[in-house]
Amino acid sequence: MSKRFVSIWFPYLTTDWHARKQPALRDKAFVLKATVRNRVIIIAANSLARAQGIRNNMVLADAKALYPSLHVMDDKPTLTTQLPDRIAEWCIRFTPVAAADYPAGILLDACGCTHLWGNEEAYLKDISSRLSHRGYAIRVGMADTIGCAWAMARYGSQTIVGKGKQLEALLTLPVTALRLNGETVAVLQKLGLRHIKDIITIPHTSLRRRFGPALLQRLKQAIGEEDEGIVPVYPIEPYGERLPCIEPIKTRVGIEIALQHLLTNLCSRLCKEGKGLRKAFFRAYRMDGGTSGIEINTNQPSQNIEHLFHLFSIKISTIEPKEGIELFVLEATVVEEAVIKQEVLWQTNSGLLDTKVLDLMDRFAARFGHETIQRFLPTEHYWPERSFKRASTLKEEPTTEWKLDRPRPLHLLSPPELIEVTAPIPDYPPMSFRYKEQLHKVVKADGPERIEQEWWIQEGKHRDYYAVEDEEGRRYWVFRSGHYNDTKSPQWFLHGFFA
Amino acid sequence: MTGKHEIFQSLKQQILQIEGFKEPLLTEKTSLGRINEAFPNNVFPFSALHEFFCSNKEQVAASSAFIAALLSSHPYKTGTIVWISSSFQLFPPSLKWFGIQPHQVLFLHVKKEKDIAWAVNEALKCSSLSAVVGELPEMSLTASRRFQLAIEDAGVGCFILRANPKNLLTTAVSRWQIQPMHSKIEDGFPGLGHPRWQVKLLKVRNGKPGTWDIEWSNGGFHYVSRLAVIHKTVQKQTG
Repeated sequence: MSKRFVSIWFPYLTTDWHARKQPALRDKAFVLKATVRNRVIIIAANSLARAQGIRNNMVLADAKALYPSLHVMDDKPTLTTQLPDRIAEWCIRFTPVAAADYPAGILLDACGCTHLWGNEEAYLKDISSRLSHRGYAIRVGMADTIGCAWAMARYGSQTIVGKGKQLEALLTLPVTALRLNGETVAVLQKLGLRHIKDIITIPHTSLRRRFGPALLQRLKQAIGEEDEGIVPVYPIEPYGERLPCIEPIKTRVGIEIALQHLLTNLCSRLCKEGKGLRKAFFRAYRMDGGTSGIEINTNQPSQNIEHLFHLFSIKISTIEPKEGIELFVLEATVVEEAVIKQEVLWQTNSGLLDTKVLDLMDRFAARFGHETIQRFLPTEHYWPERSFKRASTLKEEPTTEWKLDRPRPLHLLSPPELIEVTAPIPDYPPMSFRYKEQLHKVVKADGPERIEQEWWIQEGKHRDYYAVEDEEGRRYWVFRSGHYNDTKSPQWFLHGFFA
Repeated sequence: MTGKHEIFQSLKQQILQIEGFKEPLLTEKTSLGRINEAFPNNVFPFSALHEFFCSNKEQVAASSAFIAALLSSHPYKTGTIVWISSSFQLFPPSLKWFGIQPHQVLFLHVKKEKDIAWAVNEALKCSSLSAVVGELPEMSLTASRRFQLAIEDAGVGCFILRANPKNLLTTAVSRWQIQPMHSKIEDGFPGLGHPRWQVKLLKVRNGKPGTWDIEWSNGGFHYVSRLAVIHKTVQKQTG
């Protein structure tokens, strides 16, 4: 299939943008200024100012002399990169592959898109009318190659170049239409090679020797002898589905129908290829140019429409339709091979890797976030707080045994809480302790069990743990931090509750 | 007359089945022993809604331990357990003491009670789990009804820990209070013995509430005669 590209050029991009923001500027001649090497020069002039003979890069004082009532504004240097990006993003409604072409252009890959508008004329007409409705003056060009479309938008007399006719269309255009740098153009002008037809007849070897490989490459790209790619604003996901809407969608029901439709298409494709999605992004393009999206993650590759829909539906309420949504895009950003499991007759309920358990975890993660779900594995540390660690996945198996040699409380306070104790010196268990204004008399006790700090991890005092039971049969785990010494008695802490 | 009686009996059985008291298989009894007798059909209904009242942290720990012991003593329900709470307090390695592999438990920590209720309900619908434990002090009647419906569908056991509850009106099948009590070591050695609890079954639907003293040792429940315990404490006081 031959390729078709559209190039859009905005001759007055930044000034049009200012006029859009301040409608009062529309009927005024105005320029944007900036200081370059201590000279105030004009960066951009609007169409009315140009009609007065004011050109870009003119010194502002000269322009003022030409046209005293000229309105002057400061230039925003970031606009020339931001605006094409933003407009390219907006242009995704015309084609999935839209790219910014700095400083003042947009490139669209229109393959397989134009028939949705009827034909190429209608396609371009829609683009032009929508953009000019938004207040931008534009010129468009359409051709089999990016180079030719670019040249047509800026220098051509015709907008659409038929299939394979780019050479004829380019012949009469000036050499600047080949996207060359200033030096090369200057040399060409000096040699009297003003039009493309002048250089096309020169043997390629001579051109390369004289002007380097760049000119030849541009020429070949424009004619279509060499391929050229574009970098779209949104990378195209190989697994994605689009759903344009005739009428703008504003309701939750509408969004749900669109999502269901997209999921059905995507999942049937994934199913055919034996793949499952791990991460998906659902994006809604609004009428006013804004987008909003929701993302889901799954614990295992999934192609289950019902499950995925459920995960999305938890977050649908975060999509703001505002004036209405005109396009929905669903992309599977991470796709993995899915082993299609044989259906089991008898669902044995064991293990964490059961599909239903994984689906449940997905739902929890979608609502509360991944960090709220925890699973623990044993580690080889005596220090209680370090004796277990978080498992990173549901599949991770313990590498060591859970220790059972010493009694440990079922509830652990973190951090340990300070208590007041009465305890005989040197290493007897406390006789009583006060925790939260309540006095507990110790009836039975076990200990001490000394646990030392692991010096290679953390410096600090050791702990002498005692398991104690008070007069009502309640069991606690308390510890003394460090040794007794002459000046200060050590602190005691309550660390846990035994069952 | 006998005909009528039989009809009543069979209707009663049907209602019990709907409420979660399934006709027991002979082998399905837990090692709960005497407590089983408090329930209809003389079997502890695992797949039902059980609530545990706790008035302090010590009771929460004891109830958690009792629940863990119940879960591990059930012969057929050895699957995954989901433990949903608002704060991180449980010390996972200790679960092993009560017969549960700590890495088989999935913990979910969410702050709001509303979210906990949602999560419990969602988990109860997942028939691959063996049980759901939720720390939900204020379980409303509506929430408990929802849980009950989910349990009837999927057959997952549900244990709700309620610290200082205000709302007493729920559809729970049983209501418990577990209090730690003095442990005992044979032959009067010093130190702490195995964990012992006074298990109060405050309310049980179609059953007989009661109080038992239980010790958890060697991976099983053991009944303690109350006299022996009282005797011991008296001795302690005099000596």
